[in-house]
Amino acid sequence: MQYTKPYRFLFLALGIGLVLLFLANLSLGSVNIPFKDVIQTLAGGEAAKNSWEYIILNYRLPKAITAIIVGMGLSLSGLLMQTLFRNPLAGPYVLGLSSGASLGVAFIILGAGILPGFLGSIFISSYGIIIAATLGSFAVLLAVLLVAQRLKDTMAILIVGLMFGSFTGAIVSVLTYFSTAQQLQKFTFWAMGSLGSISWKNIAILAIVCFVGIILAAACIKPLNALLLGERYAKSLGINFSKTRFIIILATSLLAGSITAFAGPIAFIGLAVPHIVKLIFRTSNHLILFWGTLLCGAMIMLLCDTITQLPGSDLTLPINAVTSIIGAPIVIWLLLRKRKGIYS
Amino acid sequence: MEKDNIIVSANGISIGYTNKKVKTVIANDVTINLKAGSFTALIGANGIGKSTLLRTLTGIQLPLKGEVILNGKNINNYTAKELAQNLSIVLTEGLPPSNLTVYELVALGRQPYTNWLGTLSPEDDSKVNEALALTQLTALADKKHYEVSDGQLQSVLIARALAQDTPVIILDEPTTHLDLLHKVSLLRLLKQLTEKTGKSILYSTHDLDLALQLSDEIIVMTPEGTVQNTPEKLIESNVFDTLFTDSSIVFDKNKNGFTVL
Repeated sequence: MQYTKPYRFLFLALGIGLVLLFLANLSLGSVNIPFKDVIQTLAGGEAAKNSWEYIILNYRLPKAITAIIVGMGLSLSGLLMQTLFRNPLAGPYVLGLSSGASLGVAFIILGAGILPGFLGSIFISSYGIIIAATLGSFAVLLAVLLVAQRLKDTMAILIVGLMFGSFTGAIVSVLTYFSTAQQLQKFTFWAMGSLGSISWKNIAILAIVCFVGIILAAACIKPLNALLLGERYAKSLGINFSKTRFIIILATSLLAGSITAFAGPIAFIGLAVPHIVKLIFRTSNHLILFWGTLLCGAMIMLLCDTITQLPGSDLTLPINAVTSIIGAPIVIWLLLRKRKGIYS
Repeated sequence: MEKDNIIVSANGISIGYTNKKVKTVIANDVTINLKAGSFTALIGANGIGKSTLLRTLTGIQLPLKGEVILNGKNINNYTAKELAQNLSIVLTEGLPPSNLTVYELVALGRQPYTNWLGTLSPEDDSKVNEALALTQLTALADKKHYEVSDGQLQSVLIARALAQDTPVIILDEPTTHLDLLHKVSLLRLLKQLTEKTGKSILYSTHDLDLALQLSDEIIVMTPEGTVQNTPEKLIESNVFDTLFTDSSIVFDKNKNGFTVL
């Protein structure tokens, strides 16, 4: 599919928007740092105050980079789910992927006490958490997919996703019943979702895993376009459907799983961003949607993170509350507009 | 184009399902020959196995006995991409919601020929434009596919199959949901396409009267067996009397259609 030229201006505008939001995110917070000093610090120079440099490099920069990775990864996995399930309301949170990842993390954080000391400490490392979360989301996605093959009704698939969410949530509750207060506190903080307090080392791990997920998704751009016509047409166009579906599931699990492992379950980004991108670009070509989703996902997550800081105040809102306040109305609006073709 | 150039052939095959090693035979001794440039209809009562036959002829389902030969090679030995370059399909089922324009939808037919990103070469673009022109859709190219009428969408899907540039196109009940006017214009379009492009087109239908008037050949599936011939010869052989098991529905040779007694 061609027609890429008219989109150049849009991509340029989004690119500039991303840079501006990135700088704004670094500049705004409980302490407001002027743009000029932010840029000087990033360029390796010195800011007017030493404390500003410290805040930017050790606190705000890792958080902003995490926000970009989280926004890109969740939005892209949402786009993949929406095309694979032919369902505009699919997304990592709605389909229970985040719950699956939560279950994996809950087993690690809350269940580590059951294992002997040294084994527990291996499992509780960042690798252990990331593997458990990815496996958790992979398992839920496989289960949803299994059900989706029997149910042709797209709304039923969403309800099944919700049920898996409740189910995994219930298992987590049972686990919390048997855990210590300290473990419980750790898990609760994780479950509230947070972009801060992730070390540079963990950001590197997250970035590598998400990069693999993004590359896998890029490899599926052509089959994803064929899937716009449905499974049977896609097959008749020479697409190896089982292979494509496996790669899409793997990419989604890596993205949603690793992000949930480090940043907690973050709602609605994966569902809402692909729709915003489809509204802006008014296309279904996944080559355009791929880049658009990466850009818009990063922008919206940076925006949400900036809002959580409540610029100028010492308060910090939970990230999940902000994404839900923005995302939930979008979902309701989409349901109201649910007519042939328009919403997708 | 040579009229007797056979592209798809099946010689005495059995079709049906294998489920948990239990074979369910739907039809035995099916012999079919599709020639280049011919327009063939597939007729049969509901449940007689038209869909099973089409699935077998498109390589989705293995025959229980015998083999389907496409362009001199067993259809089940093709790779997915090779098969996509030799056989295209048009289905009855609706499309999932999307923002695809008519042009983009037709251009998806070029996927068996494009690179890993699906980028269209100038040749691909000209094939797409050719397909749009043949189906008289050029003016609608930039419309979203959900903005066109049902009849036009059917043409768009046919244009997509044309862009796929295959010697054989198989359509599953393309005239369903259309009124008489659109049924006739769609079938005329398909017939013209076989004449202009030399493609072999096979379609399943319940509209026997139209099939008799517009097809070069008809494949009739009845409980007694499957026969393929020209409409005139089939009428002569009284095969249509056995199409339905109800004796109150009889074929009227003068009307080229059925009468309910």
